[in-house]
Amino acid sequence: MPSQPAPGRQQSPETRMSAKQLAKKLKQQFEEVVSEAAEFRGELTLEVSDASQIAEVCRFAKEAMGFDFLVDLTTIDNDDNAPRWTAVYHMYGYGHGCHLRLKTSVSEEASEFPTVSAVWRTANWHEREAYDMMGIRFAGHPDLRRILMWEGYPYYPLRKDFPLAGKPSEVPDVAFSDPAPLEGGPFVTVAGGGDSTAREPRVRNPEG
Amino acid sequence: MAATRELEVGDSAARSAQAMNELQDVRGDKMTLNMGPSHPATHGVLRLVLELDGEIISKADPEIGYLHRGDEKIAENMTYTQFIPYTDRLDYLAPLANNVAYALAVEKLLGIHDKLPERCQYIRVICCELARISAHLLGLGAFAMDVGAMTVFLHTFTEREKIYNLIEALTGARFTTTYTRIGGLSRDLPEGWTDELRQFNREVSVAIGEADKLLTRNKIFVDRTRDVGVISREEAIDFGLTGPNLRGSNVEYDLRKAHPYLVYDQLDFDVPYGEVGDCYDRYLVRMEEMRQSVSLLDQCLAKLPGGPVNVDDGKIVLPDKQKVLSSMEELIHQFMLVTQGQDAPAGEVYFGAENPKGELGFYIMSKGGGVPYRLKIRAPSFANLSILSHTLPGHMISDVVAILGSLDFVMGECDR
Repeated sequence: MPSQPAPGRQQSPETRMSAKQLAKKLKQQFEEVVSEAAEFRGELTLEVSDASQIAEVCRFAKEAMGFDFLVDLTTIDNDDNAPRWTAVYHMYGYGHGCHLRLKTSVSEEASEFPTVSAVWRTANWHEREAYDMMGIRFAGHPDLRRILMWEGYPYYPLRKDFPLAGKPSEVPDVAFSDPAPLEGGPFVTVAGGGDSTAREPRVRNPEG
Repeated sequence: MAATRELEVGDSAARSAQAMNELQDVRGDKMTLNMGPSHPATHGVLRLVLELDGEIISKADPEIGYLHRGDEKIAENMTYTQFIPYTDRLDYLAPLANNVAYALAVEKLLGIHDKLPERCQYIRVICCELARISAHLLGLGAFAMDVGAMTVFLHTFTEREKIYNLIEALTGARFTTTYTRIGGLSRDLPEGWTDELRQFNREVSVAIGEADKLLTRNKIFVDRTRDVGVISREEAIDFGLTGPNLRGSNVEYDLRKAHPYLVYDQLDFDVPYGEVGDCYDRYLVRMEEMRQSVSLLDQCLAKLPGGPVNVDDGKIVLPDKQKVLSSMEELIHQFMLVTQGQDAPAGEVYFGAENPKGELGFYIMSKGGGVPYRLKIRAPSFANLSILSHTLPGHMISDVVAILGSLDFVMGECDR
């Protein structure tokens, strides 16, 4: 039996660490930037206060703590609540079988996170998608192009200030877009409580 | 006057060296081949821009997004229940499994995932496994057809037709099922359905055996797939591959075993995994998974308990219509559910389910109320396709169809 388990191999139950222990270890390593773990529905979330260090935190998590699988990378538009952009990293380790979520935010002026595509190659496409949908750049990304929309499309459709119906655009000989016919729309719904009149102001962005 | 003149005849070695040089110029030109978006082997609307050196691929650039509909944007603008029909259109070869995965994610957010009635959980497992068989039958059939074995496709489609009949009896629709509800199911099993499923189980076992006989030791099929498109264990993990593609690369990881949801921990099944990570291994994994799914269906049918299929909570599941018409409280519940949706707490959850194509995950970030603030769909096909630009170079152009077929992707969920 080798002492170090091969990547992707499950560790024995005795040597396995729980997600809480792993979160603590990460917190110890990056005392100044990593927050205490918040738990909700059995999932642990760590906030990284300095976005410029997220790549180092991720590299340490992968290389020293066995988080070899980046399940998902996504971004959130916080709209009027500064800082505007939040990146969310879902990590998993095949060896210890634990999930961990990292979150970090940057302001609208910066709009840039360090890339983690050098840590996990799967992040390459996830970051391209985040760039395509939200317009957030990833510094050091080897190939930051649009991925779902076409090259030359002028907007970032997942931003909260982009209307659901879409906006007109045209790239000659490539593609064009027209607002979708929404009867009486655009039905822009605001998250949160309140009745449907409060949640669904018919035109939230009049210039639409 | 004696003069020396150099003749440009040279020996045979020099002549061939010169010929080589001339050829070098011709060979230096690389050809760009555009494959897709409408090509039978790209199973939908994947486009590959291939740079060819003769017949060898030197660079591959997958272009996706031709089926992008903005599902995540749409989800932010409607209640949790209203989004269920959109999940049908992600992996449209296994809509039932998508419905279940999405419902489980929202239920996790609501904190009712451990309150689901047993019967509901068993029926959901039946849905997932039926969807898995259906998706793998199509995946295998299309894969075999791409590498030249037409017959298998016809066999597997006959069986898929039976699955569609079962799904139609169960949900009222053959394709866009929208079967689950948050906290339960849209309806219980119809009368006599379990007997039909038992009958189908017997028939599909025979059909899987036939496909097995046609392919597994078929010299042409083996030659086209063995040692083609090899993905090592490290690459598979690094590129975020999941599902049969990951297991084909010698990673024994199945969410149903590693992090059991529903009643998978009470059922007995094996997780097949490959050794080499080539197209043939991925094929073998899918073949065995179908057999395991048939066994899971049999176990569920044997254990299927009675009782309700919905959570007993008027704030989550629509109340009985009779009660709505006769009782004030139920009327209010119905009104609130329809106009505002389930009142979710603020918070964020991620739930991943083992779908036929891999890990389908939903990340829901809620600020409270009936609408998600952000809903991200972690689509397995998206991650599975990202490895193409790494794996394709060095292969012959005819191997592309074998590799694409073995990765078994669906653009509906890749592009969302």
